[in-house]
Order: sequence, then structure tokens, then C-alpha cells
Amino acid sequence: MTIKLGVPSKGRLMEKTFEWFAARGITLQRTGSDREYAAAVGGIDGVSLMLLSAGEIPRELAAGRIHLGVTGTDLIEEKLALWDQLVAPVEELAFGHADLIVAVPAAWRDVDTLDDLDAAAAAFRAQHGFRLRIATKYHRLVREFLRGAGVADYALVDSQGATEGTVKNETAEAIADITSSGETLRANHLKILSDGLILKSQATLWRSRTADMDDDERRTLAALLKKLA
Amino acid sequence: MPTRSETLAKAAQLRAMFEAQGAIVVEPPILQPAETLLDLYGEDIRARAYVTSDALRGEQMLRPDYTVPVVQMHMTHGADPARYTYAGEVFRRQEHDPERANEFIQVGYEVFDRADPAAADAEVFARISEALNGLPVKPVTGDIGILMAAVKGLDTTERRKAALMRHIWRPRRFRSLLERFAGSTPVPATRAALLAGAVQNDAPMIGLRSPQEIEARIDALREDAQAPALSAEQVALIAALLDVREVMPNALSRLHDIAVDLPAIGDAVDLAAARADALAARGIDTDQLAFEASYGRASMEYYDGFVFGFRVETRPDWPAIASGGRYDALTKRLGQGDEIPAVGGVMRPGLMLELEAAQ
Repeated sequence: MTIKLGVPSKGRLMEKTFEWFAARGITLQRTGSDREYAAAVGGIDGVSLMLLSAGEIPRELAAGRIHLGVTGTDLIEEKLALWDQLVAPVEELAFGHADLIVAVPAAWRDVDTLDDLDAAAAAFRAQHGFRLRIATKYHRLVREFLRGAGVADYALVDSQGATEGTVKNETAEAIADITSSGETLRANHLKILSDGLILKSQATLWRSRTADMDDDERRTLAALLKKLA
Repeated sequence: MPTRSETLAKAAQLRAMFEAQGAIVVEPPILQPAETLLDLYGEDIRARAYVTSDALRGEQMLRPDYTVPVVQMHMTHGADPARYTYAGEVFRRQEHDPERANEFIQVGYEVFDRADPAAADAEVFARISEALNGLPVKPVTGDIGILMAAVKGLDTTERRKAALMRHIWRPRRFRSLLERFAGSTPVPATRAALLAGAVQNDAPMIGLRSPQEIEARIDALREDAQAPALSAEQVALIAALLDVREVMPNALSRLHDIAVDLPAIGDAVDLAAARADALAARGIDTDQLAFEASYGRASMEYYDGFVFGFRVETRPDWPAIASGGRYDALTKRLGQGDEIPAVGGVMRPGLMLELEAAQ
């Protein structure tokens, strides 16, 4: 049997991951046609590559269906409760940097901190009759962060994409999303709260704590990790 | 571990006991409309309750407790006064502690009665205490109403009192607000700049929150900056109040002392004293009964008076085996213009059986 390595199946994240492994003597490549999710591993025996959606890699690691996987800290912490009992970080890959942040319209001169957001939310609810809506796909992380900060009278609304546009579209009053340069936020007239950083994320190689291994697989994993270190 | 049928049998037996004492049996549905619960508790309820949905009825929650549906039922067609009992599953989403049950059986007793709040408080506590008789449990009582009265009685602006009241169930946030109003934490630099008129921006207005709302908040902040700081004495009185943690007679005498400097809590302390008398009249040993002024503050925000819990001395890792309290404000929120004083409590028959077996 083989050690299964899960890698994001498309885009820059896949390319950067391939480059990172190549620099350490492990070649990962897609085989077959452009559209086929088949892949091969060179430079070591006994490792198989699985191309997966970055969002599914946390679940596959937690279930022990893959031994190693590359995905962001944000997705691990959002999708896995008690994540540190299920997976362990092996290496930070130094790309895919993104911060999960809370942002509000730049025009809100009176709101700069979570404390302001809480007060604005109370007044908003009294004025409009519903809770101030925050659009996000990171429900658990955002909720825990806001609870810790004592923010009340908000509601999370689900937004799986184009989250920065929700305020202008009036489906939310604020957002919590990942950003790398802040460019999209600025273009959408949003600003980050000064204490609104929820999590700093980057692409990370994770090891499953739950995947079964026989002696051969254990030896393969040790050899692989030695090359990657 | 008791089996499910053993737990259900125990639950039925406890419910029958309450029924024999005059309570009406109620059986609210397991699926509750999510909207009511979300409106009451906000986003935090999603971390505690399972949400499901269908295309027809939208979001539904698996009942995280019985209190809300019982109150709703009572407010639409309940007799006055009324006593209710129920037994069945409640569901609690768990995200941190795999040892905590996400589904368990609860038995409850709820009293809606305008006549004598102290007597109703004592009735609920005594009935539950009786049901737990023989188990190694230690009761703790408290009273959120005293803290609320103290906040209302502070010598400061209505706006500050409202902010404190809003966060009474979030102890950390409450404390930081208190410190800010007392002037003991510095004003954030960005707020100072805003108040000095130094924050301008030409960003376009987007979203539902209007320029008027922004200006109104800035006006409120200006007004607040002009208001005198909350005095150190008053902050100390709140701290002293929250520190009260004694057996009932000593706690009451501490509270009477504090009431001399904070007369606004006088009525609430009198009510606590009347409750202690009512508890004693029902045979509770109030000389040994613990009173903690901050008890029940970190739980869900509907208790606004008497609160109590029974902890298992041999199992500090367990949640309270029984708990309850007064929730007058909840009946007002759900009553659509109506309200009625209400108090109730719940027990965990599964944990009771486990405890019996360990003895």
C-alpha cells in the first residue's frame, strides 16, 4: 500500500505546491489529459498523489483517508472541531498567505474596533428591527471570534463567494473573509477593523493523526518527511 | 451508564411526580422554528443547537431546551396561573468537548404565577431538591435581578446603563465596559481622533446603515465623552456585589450592607430575603444554602432573577445535574404585549441514574 498525499486540484495553489515539492526532490505531476484528475509522484516510491478540492482536504485528513495533505490553516480550523487532535502541521509552505478578517464599509467613520462594531450592531438592530448581518463562509471561526470579543446583535449570513460585494448589494452590513493584499476590500469600499484579525493562514502540509499505516507505509512516510524537512 | 429505556422510565417517573403535584403535562415538538430562537439568542445559539432546514419551512432547530416552546405555548393559550411539566430529549451541538452529550433527556417543571414570586421561586427549587433527595449534590443559588437593579441604579447616563444591561450575561465584556465608563481604560486613539473631528473620509456610502445612523453614533460618542466618569465607589460596589459568595444568611447580610450605599438594589435584596424565608418554610436548610451573586451570568441570556443549580460533588467535570431560574423578561419578549412572571427548572434523569448506580 502507499502513503496518500492530497494536494489542491487546481490553480495557483496546486502549481505552488508542485514547485515546493519539486524544490525538495519530489516531483508531482498531473497525467493524462488536462481535464483528468490523475497524477503521478517521482523521486520516491510508495507515495500516491490525490488531487482534491482544497476545501475537502481537511475532512479527508480527519477521516484518515489520506496521510498527508496541503491546505490552508483557515480551512483546517473552520472545518475541524478539535483539529489539533485530528491533524498535525508538518511544514508551513510559505505561500497562500491570507488573513481572515472582519471588514466594514470604509464610510463608517465611527467604527474602527470590535467594540465599535458591537455598539453599531445594537443601534442597527434597534433602528432596522433585525440583527446586523455579517457575510462569511467561515461561520465557526467568526462566531467564536466575535463571541470572545463580546460582540452581540449580529447574524452571520452565508456567502460562498464574491463576499466583498454583499454590502453594496445590501445583503449584509459587514463581512468576514480572507484577504491577502486587501486590494479587493479597498475596491469594494471596505476597511478592516483594527482589531479584526481572526486568523493568519498560509498553505501548510498536514499529517493525519488518524490514518492507519503498516510498517512499509511508516518507512515511506519517514523517508518522505526527511526529504521535505 | 443507564440504558435509554431506563432513563426514559426515570424521566416518566419524575414527570408523574410533578403531575401529581398539580402540573399539566406538555409535549412541545422537537423541531422548533429557528427564527424565534435566533431572534432571542442571536448567532450564539447556532453553536449550541442543531439547525436543519427544508425548502418549505426554512430553518428549523432541534429543541435545545423546552423553556422557549413552553413559554410560547403558555402565552398563546395558557391558563393563569399555570404549572407545567415535561420530559423528553433536548439536543445540544458540541464543538469542544467530546465528553459532553449532544442529546439527553430532560425533565422540567415550570410555574407561571403572578401571586408571589418568592413563593414560586421556592416552590420550584424545593420540588427539584426533593426529587434529587439522597444524591450527593450541592445546590448553589444566585439572583441576576440584584445585579440588574444595581446597574439600573448606577449614577450615570441611561445610554451607559443600557450598554451594561445588554452585556450583563457576558462577564468579561461587562467588566471592560465598566472600566471604560469609569475612565480607567484609555480611549482608543482612533476614537479620540474621531471625537476631535480629525477623521474624515470620502468613501462612498454603501449598505443599509445610513449616514444618519453614523452621525447619530458619533453624537452619542461625543455626549458620552462629556459625561462624567462613573465613580470609583460605584465600580467598587458592583465588584463587591459580584464578589458575594457565602451561605445564604451571610450573603443577605452582605447584600444589605451594599444596599446602604446602593439603595437601588434594596427591593431586589428584599425579594432575595423573602425567597430565603419561603425556602426555609419549605424545609430547605437555608443556613447552609450557597448564594453566589454572579451565578448563572455566563449561561444563556434569559434568566433575570432567581437562578439555581445542583452540582455533583463527586463529579466536578459534569454539568449541573439540575438547574433553573426566573425568566420574566422572556415571557414579555415572547408574549406579544403580554407578560407573566415565570420560573422553572430542569433535571437530567440520565445523570441521576448514573449517580445512583455509583453510590
